[in-house]
Amino acid sequence: MPNSLRQTKKRVCWRWIGAFCFLMFFLSPSTFVSADQRSVILATTTSLQDCGLLDLLIPIFQRRTGYFVKTIAVGSGQAIAMGRKGEADVLLVHSPEDENQLMREGNGVNRRRVMENDFMIVGPMEDPANIQGMRSARDAFRKIALSSWLFLSRGDHSGTHAKEKMVWSLLRINPEGEKWYQQTGLGMGETLNVASEKRGYTLTDLGTYLALKKNLRLKVLAQGDPLLLNPYHVIEINPIKWRKVNAAGSRAFSEFLLSKDAQEIIKTFGANRFGSPLFTDTGKKREILGR
Amino acid sequence: MDLIFQGIKKAFYLLVTFDPEVMGITLLSLRVSGTATLISLLLGISTGTLIALTQFPGKRFVVSLVNTGMGLPPVVVGLLVTIFLWRNGPLGFLGILYTPMAMILAQAVIATPIIMGITVAAIQQLPNKLRLQILALGATRVQMVWILIKEARLPLLAGVMAGFGGVVSEVGASIMVGGNIKGYTRVLTTATVMETSRGNFDVAIALGVILLMLAYTVNLILTTIQQKEKNR
Amino acid sequence: MNPTLPILEANHLRVEREGTLLLDIPSLKIEKGETLALIGPNGAGKTTLLQTFSLLITPFQGALFFNGKRVGTELSVLEYRRKLAMVFQEPLLFQTDVFNNVASGLKIRGIKKNEIHERVMEQLERFGISHLRNRSARTLSGGEAQRTNLARAFAIQPEFLFLDEPFASLDPPTRDSLLVDLESVLSHTKTTTLFATHERLEAVRLSDRVAVMNRGRIEQMGPPEEVMNDPATEFVASFLGIETMLKGKVVRKEGGTFVASISGKEIEAIGEVDCGEAVVLCIRPEDVTLSSSPLKEKTSARNVFTGRILRIVPLGPYQKVHLDCGFPLVAYITHPSQKTLSLTEGIEVKASFKATAVRVIKKG
Repeated sequence: MPNSLRQTKKRVCWRWIGAFCFLMFFLSPSTFVSADQRSVILATTTSLQDCGLLDLLIPIFQRRTGYFVKTIAVGSGQAIAMGRKGEADVLLVHSPEDENQLMREGNGVNRRRVMENDFMIVGPMEDPANIQGMRSARDAFRKIALSSWLFLSRGDHSGTHAKEKMVWSLLRINPEGEKWYQQTGLGMGETLNVASEKRGYTLTDLGTYLALKKNLRLKVLAQGDPLLLNPYHVIEINPIKWRKVNAAGSRAFSEFLLSKDAQEIIKTFGANRFGSPLFTDTGKKREILGR
Repeated sequence: MDLIFQGIKKAFYLLVTFDPEVMGITLLSLRVSGTATLISLLLGISTGTLIALTQFPGKRFVVSLVNTGMGLPPVVVGLLVTIFLWRNGPLGFLGILYTPMAMILAQAVIATPIIMGITVAAIQQLPNKLRLQILALGATRVQMVWILIKEARLPLLAGVMAGFGGVVSEVGASIMVGGNIKGYTRVLTTATVMETSRGNFDVAIALGVILLMLAYTVNLILTTIQQKEKNR
Repeated sequence: MNPTLPILEANHLRVEREGTLLLDIPSLKIEKGETLALIGPNGAGKTTLLQTFSLLITPFQGALFFNGKRVGTELSVLEYRRKLAMVFQEPLLFQTDVFNNVASGLKIRGIKKNEIHERVMEQLERFGISHLRNRSARTLSGGEAQRTNLARAFAIQPEFLFLDEPFASLDPPTRDSLLVDLESVLSHTKTTTLFATHERLEAVRLSDRVAVMNRGRIEQMGPPEEVMNDPATEFVASFLGIETMLKGKVVRKEGGTFVASISGKEIEAIGEVDCGEAVVLCIRPEDVTLSSSPLKEKTSARNVFTGRILRIVPLGPYQKVHLDCGFPLVAYITHPSQKTLSLTEGIEVKASFKATAVRVIKKG
């Protein structure tokens, strides 16, 4: 047989082997593992994923129960909207008014408080509106409005945005459309970055602020108002209304969050990294709330 | 500037130490986007060839539609695919939302028009008489189409590169339909977004560098094949 | 197989596109082993005829028979196409090396590798391109590409071969050497061939029969010398390079010859005609002799006219001289003759041509 022919044969052979390996790699079964009864869809806020708390809690839950948690980290508004459509099994959110609405509609069951922390007002180092050390969120917001200094709002229907709007409405101020009031439409982290760059004030949760602090030229100016309490609730989606909801899985997750072990983790989370814990467990703050 | 340097350093550190999470994410990126490109190839080349070779009323309209589809915004695709795949959506029974399958599906929707459009152009730029010559050589219709595709293989390879490059670097659809679930649907782009919002800019840049390296390697392989073919 | 059957026969073939008639062939028979040249100007329908015969164009009506079997019913279109080979003006090679190009028709037919190799090597040898077999087709010169194209056509050992102006885009030396090779291959393989060209000389050289086409129809068909010497219509005559065509009437007959009156002048010619019949007289420029007046020696030419030179057009080795002899006449003359006769525009000369040099076309 002539040499050239033998070479072509060899080349063709290698080509087929290559193509086979290629296909095996892409079409291997693990790519196609699809959802089953063992997976739980958790719709939650970006801030919980970003601070790293869920990365700590979820593996423990998965190991104990065998459930696979699909964490969809979005804003609280979107998470609640997913719950309203039965597209999530369990919610972990911090937007009390929207949560109440969800409960009233009968989409959620068994709403329980998991943990809480505080919102705080941060702003540029020189503090042009002079709010440093104020305790009342209402007074601080009013001063910012009167000074007409830039205030950055999330504007994304997140829990933080909801809280901010609540404060404005208590003051009977409608900042929308004002020159000094700008909406980023972004997450907390991005909004903090924008505030830092544009030297504006904003409302933030503690966790995100601490995580980004090293890159920010912002400081905490006002905190401690009970109004700025930021409670996180777990809500199971109503399996009677939404048949496809994994009721057992969502109940198991909800129970886990309130378990002693989980609460212990929550209570201490962030202490090493940030110097102080980011959240308080349910038991401790109840006294403050109890009014 | 300092951050970028740190990011590149971090990227090499992650790669050299074979960081298992980063390796998993990289491999998943390659797998999801590779499979999506493969599916798009099958759909795009077959449909594109059909469009190029047949005459029918409204052909120009269809071709312009395909060309518009080449620029489909991934976020729009992600939203539509999510709505279809919702538990209570039309394709909810599949139960594939927030799985790699869903990401493959969304990315295939993005890449198919790209490959289809390039296929239509590639087949149409072949000389008209070539079809006659192939038929005159005794080819069946199927053989003719196959030979034409082989003749257009150089621009088609460019199509593969454009398609793969488009989906591997895409984030909007992947994060929506995949959910960026750790160890399951987290790919390089969604991980980059998350690390950015976590403030871990060095890790985010490192992931970006790895993504660039992945895209570069794949393109290098394809370009090598292309140039080799060109000189044949 | 019936030996008297033509290998290829067409009946009442008509091709129309958007209401325009592209081809109208009432009947055409091609014998096994013959080479038929199709000549005619661009747009005459040569390509349409070849593509219709290879069924790359579906005829509007009519039928094709291969060895007496009707194509499309008794013989499938694919089976029929696999008996033919087609060579276009453009090489239309595939983006692979020369070997695989020549092999492509065989691969399509699913022939075994060893046999492909053998047959391809044979054709490469035959067309003198063995040394190019691993070269990429895109790096070939025009002549090499067309050789590869021809080798690809012959590799499938076709029952008949269609060549559509295969040399039209080659430079003259390349064309000549390829023509020599094709001639020898055809005489060796005896492949039935239909060969379209607008080069009269190519047609004469390669073919057993010539068909002159015009506007989708065959105007005249026959052996090359017959068509060249005895054009049936004015179109054929003019296409074959006869410059002078004169309309006239037969005025008298004298034995084998007759005299026709052309715008008052009388021209003698040979042919079977009736008195009063309308004829067209065709005179090739190379058959006209020019001399300075007055005519000294006697010539055998019966037709001698005095004419004024209107124009002299250089034409490579010749000069083309347009004369006004009371009727227009065109003659060729060599450069030396032009010098000795000192011909210039405006002067008068004697023009003569033999009665036997006049081709007669009867006007029905």
